[in-house]
Amino acid sequence: MAAALINVPKKAKRGDIIEIKTLMSHIMETGYRHMASGEIVPRDIITGFTCRYNGAEIFRADLYPAIAANPFISFFTTATESGKFEFEWIGDNGFSETASATITVE
Amino acid sequence: MRLASAIVAMLLMAGAISATEIPQGERRSGYSFMTPETQAMQDDDTSNPGMLWVLDGEALWKRKVGSANKACADCHADGSMKGVAAHYPAYDKTLGRPVNLEQRINLCKANHQQASPLPYESRDLLALAAFVARQSKGDAIETPADPQLEPFIAKGRELFMQRQGQLNLGCANCHDDNWDKRLAGSAITQAHPTGYPLYRLEWQSLGSLQRRLRACITGIRAQAYDFGSPELVELELYLKSRARGMPMEAPAVRP
Repeated sequence: MAAALINVPKKAKRGDIIEIKTLMSHIMETGYRHMASGEIVPRDIITGFTCRYNGAEIFRADLYPAIAANPFISFFTTATESGKFEFEWIGDNGFSETASATITVE
Repeated sequence: MRLASAIVAMLLMAGAISATEIPQGERRSGYSFMTPETQAMQDDDTSNPGMLWVLDGEALWKRKVGSANKACADCHADGSMKGVAAHYPAYDKTLGRPVNLEQRINLCKANHQQASPLPYESRDLLALAAFVARQSKGDAIETPADPQLEPFIAKGRELFMQRQGQLNLGCANCHDDNWDKRLAGSAITQAHPTGYPLYRLEWQSLGSLQRRLRACITGIRAQAYDFGSPELVELELYLKSRARGMPMEAPAVRP
């Protein structure tokens, strides 16, 4: 059951700098831990995150094993036009999740 | 090593001071011991990771399960859970003893949904508990005024005061007597269970009050009671009565 929490302002003035906050549910298992039996717990992490604003990529991040569970990523962008933000997380074992949010720019 | 010497120092202090309960006016939630950054994380629903479990819990609440093919939402109307978590643990007449919120959820599963109970600390049980507890956010903690609970609260208080384990410490030695100090760099806090189930950054997950209690008991090098054991429920009950009137903040964030 993966779920994302997204915080994008509903409205902004043209040219405003806005903060976008995202939180994705994920265990981020490092692949460096051992079970009681000595076997390694297989790595299971999110490896990439992208954000598109009306189709154009505005933010991208690579994620690594040292990043905590349930990664929280926040970044800034300039509100240029009304439209849609699309978020995508990809990771190990075919992990792939998307979310979106709309904004009205006046 | 540093932790060990801090604990030994605590032991010496604890030896000198007898347990004194915290005056009503000086009670503080664990929230007030945190850094502004961690407080901000808890306050913003889109940065509080506990909300991920609340969302999962909402989905589970509406899902039909068990041979009765019933969802929680089929019996409990929207909003009917408001204030409920603030009253737990509560007395169960059939069992003749108090049950905590997680046990109540599992009793409902067994009796009304005819489904198998969810294991303690499983994601689904924590999610349901978080979803229910969230609906009491801001409500004052209320131990039910059920006279049948009195002996169990008294037992919980006894356990809280009782020294045990290789370090020979009781809960009160830290949380009543030394809550204004630090242990190995961490604030000791007053042990008010206002935010459970809560997200601990150390756990990187949501966890129940019983998980927290068991961690503390292991810390004093005593044998921890099993999840769902009467002792842990009695301790929960005493802690809730100790925090009576303080606002609920589940799902809280703690370091």
